[in-house]
Amino acid sequence: MTATTGLDPTRRLILQGAASVALLGLGNLPFGVAPARAAANDRYPEEAFKQKNEADAIKALYGKTAEPSDKVKLDAPEIAENGGVVPISVTTSLEKVTSISFFVAENPNALAASYKIPDGTIPAVANRLKMAKTTRLTAIVEADGKLYSATKEVKVTVGGCGG
Amino acid sequence: MASSIRVRATSNGDITEVQTLIQHPMDTGLVKDSKGEPIPAHFIQELKFECNGKDVFVANWGTAVSKDPYVKFSFKGAKKGDELKISWTDNKGASDTTTAKIA
Repeated sequence: MTATTGLDPTRRLILQGAASVALLGLGNLPFGVAPARAAANDRYPEEAFKQKNEADAIKALYGKTAEPSDKVKLDAPEIAENGGVVPISVTTSLEKVTSISFFVAENPNALAASYKIPDGTIPAVANRLKMAKTTRLTAIVEADGKLYSATKEVKVTVGGCGG
Repeated sequence: MASSIRVRATSNGDITEVQTLIQHPMDTGLVKDSKGEPIPAHFIQELKFECNGKDVFVANWGTAVSKDPYVKFSFKGAKKGDELKISWTDNKGASDTTTAKIA
């Protein structure tokens, strides 16, 4: 655990370095640039997962803020009896969706899950998340480079952190 | 050993629906065991689905994903009989891979 996290920052620096070198060297060749950027975006967003509050996590993951949209449909129970397993799904009518992420505001770390939606994949995800206590839940859909969000309040009667 | 990944991929015309259930403790690192010792964090960080040589879905997970995670998504461009490859890696470097035929 410590060994892997200790190595990661170096690895990230190397990757970033490689990516920027590729960008500089092949700046005029669009074909060379695209794979370098894609590779950089494929890393596990460790920093974002470490952030405690929702705003910081969104910033660390996307570097921008989201605007609420009724085109993002977030489905979650009003009351979750067991905060350890809360079924949550999101669908959207937005086009050019590239990712969908879930944030649980009251959890020790707000970012719960982030999904990449490649071309050809339907922008809809269902999964199960833990919630420490009654919380605001936010789903963010990244579409055409912009962020759209939907939020919902979920009442938790038994928290998901007691094991 | 039986695979930790259970997957059902069903084709419905152009759209393939994939449901996956993985056996994993997804420990947050915040829970203590019966002796009061903290249970170290142990969770899946990346889960990837590939079909016909292309990533069709990639999940990045934190500790807030429930134990024995479940995920459902759908994608276009595959047909019955195509092979779907599923693999995960966790924060301790463990991993598992399986393949499933689209039914």
